[in-house]
Amino acid sequence: MNVTRLMIVAVGGQGNLLAAKVLGEAALLAGIPVRMSEIHGMAQRGGVVESAIVFGDAKSSLISDGEADILAGFEPLETLRALAKCNKNTVVLTSTAPLPPFAAAVGKATYPDLPSLQRQILDYAGSLTAFDAEKLAREAGNVMAVNMVILGALAATKLLPVSAANIRETIRTKTRQNFVETNLKAFELGFNQSA
Amino acid sequence: MHKLLNDEPGNKMLLLGNEAIARGAIEAGVAVTAAYPGTPSSEISLNFFQMSQASDLYFEYSVNEKVSLEVTAAAANTGVRSMCIMKHVGMNVAADALMTLAYVGVRGGLVILVADDPFMFSSQNEQDSRYYAKLAGLPMLEPSTVAEAKEMTRQAFELSEQLEEPVLLRTTTRINHSTAVVELGAITKPQPRGDFSRDPMRYVTIPAVSRQLHARLLANLGKATEMANHSPFNFIDGKGDWGIICNGVSYSYVADAVQDLKLDGQVKILRLGFSHPLPEELIKDFLGNCQRVLIVEEGEPVLEEGIKALAQEEKMTMAINGKGPELFSRLYEFDPALVRERIATYFSVANTALSGSQYSGQADLPPRPPTLCAGCSHRATFHAVKKAAQDLDVIYPTDIGCYTLGMLPPLGMADFLICMGSSTGTAAGFSKTLDKKVISFCGDSTFFHSAMAGLINAVFNKHNFTLVILDNGTTAMTGHQPHPGVDMEKLGLSGHGRIDIEEVVKALGVGHLAVIEPFKLKKSIATLQEAFAFKGVSVVIAREICTLYGKSLKMPAMKPFYVSDRCCNHRDCIDQLGCPAFSIKDDRVTIDPDRCTGCAVCAQVCPENAILPLKNKASQGDKI
Repeated sequence: MNVTRLMIVAVGGQGNLLAAKVLGEAALLAGIPVRMSEIHGMAQRGGVVESAIVFGDAKSSLISDGEADILAGFEPLETLRALAKCNKNTVVLTSTAPLPPFAAAVGKATYPDLPSLQRQILDYAGSLTAFDAEKLAREAGNVMAVNMVILGALAATKLLPVSAANIRETIRTKTRQNFVETNLKAFELGFNQSA
Repeated sequence: MHKLLNDEPGNKMLLLGNEAIARGAIEAGVAVTAAYPGTPSSEISLNFFQMSQASDLYFEYSVNEKVSLEVTAAAANTGVRSMCIMKHVGMNVAADALMTLAYVGVRGGLVILVADDPFMFSSQNEQDSRYYAKLAGLPMLEPSTVAEAKEMTRQAFELSEQLEEPVLLRTTTRINHSTAVVELGAITKPQPRGDFSRDPMRYVTIPAVSRQLHARLLANLGKATEMANHSPFNFIDGKGDWGIICNGVSYSYVADAVQDLKLDGQVKILRLGFSHPLPEELIKDFLGNCQRVLIVEEGEPVLEEGIKALAQEEKMTMAINGKGPELFSRLYEFDPALVRERIATYFSVANTALSGSQYSGQADLPPRPPTLCAGCSHRATFHAVKKAAQDLDVIYPTDIGCYTLGMLPPLGMADFLICMGSSTGTAAGFSKTLDKKVISFCGDSTFFHSAMAGLINAVFNKHNFTLVILDNGTTAMTGHQPHPGVDMEKLGLSGHGRIDIEEVVKALGVGHLAVIEPFKLKKSIATLQEAFAFKGVSVVIAREICTLYGKSLKMPAMKPFYVSDRCCNHRDCIDQLGCPAFSIKDDRVTIDPDRCTGCAVCAQVCPENAILPLKNKASQGDKI
């Protein structure tokens, strides 16, 4: 089966690893080969968290520069920083809600302005879907559900070998019971945004 | 029930590499496990710790890696299957035990997991632990995938019992922190009770005994070579006149590259999973059918050196290459595109697959380095030390833990670091050769791990420095593992003692000892100044619980603070503390009430007393 390489980038605490886990479990549910790898060094200390998810018949669990089919970013600056993972066909999804790193938040560095950030992504990658995932997460009832919003948007691209139904089922069974409803709502809002 | 104790063989589960390794040990019936935490291996011990609370498995967080190896070595020598887990640099600490344990051997299976960290995602060096297998003369297994990691762990116990030697199971971060589907096997019931018959001529390594035991080890190594020649972990994929020999995670990249470059029928791959001792006959046979051979291994040219030596013995003259300016580097980790490109170059074939990124990168993007958390007590301690020492010419040797992040601006409180525990030994050396005031830092877990020995040394040799022990009540950096100073009752766990750092320091005869509560800045600064003025060894214990850990223990939260209209924009708070709860909005300093933990350090730094506690979050909301 064809190989699909998905890169997810986020700031520590945004739930990147849970999003990756949901996709991995959904693939297991559907019998689709999947391997993932994560870099979460000091995530709780505010660093960047990266997940690579490789679906299909390959052995590697890592995505080299230029080889992501899809890049999903929970935070726009981190999406831009991960642009080296993209090629001219890469489909990029990003939230537009910034979480400025400390230096930028206190005016000691400049956070790139959003229109230029989006232009840079578009100049380099294949396509870009950008929207405020934080707003949708809040609408779903939990600002922490940005990860589920992005999962919804990812499912709507139909580029993943796992179906939206499988992902919904996985959210239902593999995320914390008291968050399932909010998570599913966030997933649908993301799905409708991107569809 | 802990998910890794699921006893339904044939079930498929999505597991992290470290979970798969823990599961493999459970399937093998491991009964005694011990570790000092260290990334990238930490989740293995975490899972053992959790399972030990719900099963007959014994697990302990040992004070350091050497002790964890000694504990498991003895257990294994009573016939009980045991496992010891460490990161690569932990092996340096355990090496003294390892080298002679190899002479003595084991009766029950002993598996020593050592997790290397190419690229140093979370380590101070990227040493290649495969040299330890060579140095000790022990068998080494190296998995290439998560599923294989489980299987190899299970079989490592059997191999250990067959050879009566400990087995080194070596991973890299990319195995530990990858996730894949693993099929569960049956769980073997652990046999936790052992026996021991006195046999000093086997177990007590005086020179006369060790002379025998070294010969025994070499004989075992010969047996291991034979086993490696026939091990299913050493296998050949494909056919062709070109050869690739690889190990560990590199095998995945090689296999993908051979497919992507359409080299089927031209290249055969020898994957070495039982990599020490080298399967000599297997390698010679493989080389005999190759025109040229590429060796793909991260880290040092361990396979390359051994294979070239074998080829020389056989008078083979084909090209054998691995490391080199045009080929592979000893630095950092590999990735699929890099391996594919080097294979294409070496065998002069077109790289038809996607090439790497042409993206030139964004040099000017604001970085997002890890920082000390909002409300971290280390920030308060560093600030107090800086203020207390502002009129002194100081050098700050430091140690390994969250507080190493104090190196970053605006704190900048780290001048020298080589390994865990080095704060006290290096402080002694600096105090002998510099006219500076020496102030060194170590954490609570680090103190017990090895910094304590340096402090004893300093008292004995009458050195002259101040050690600040940042006691935050847990091993924070690796995810809040307990250490001998932790009150285990608070975690609902009985059966542990507790060692008070203050009492230990007192007992060592340190000339000047004080304890500070770092959130009380003024008092802390005064107390630190007294300690800095003391000639000889002084110790200050900065005692305040890790804020993340406190949250997880559901300790009562303090009120967050806000910046009132009194603020005159000096920004001392931001410039001196760098707390991530702060930001500038419309040229005004603001504090995120969701991140502020109420430590009040900023309020004590503000020259206008403009930072105040929020009395009522809702009504004050408009002010923040």
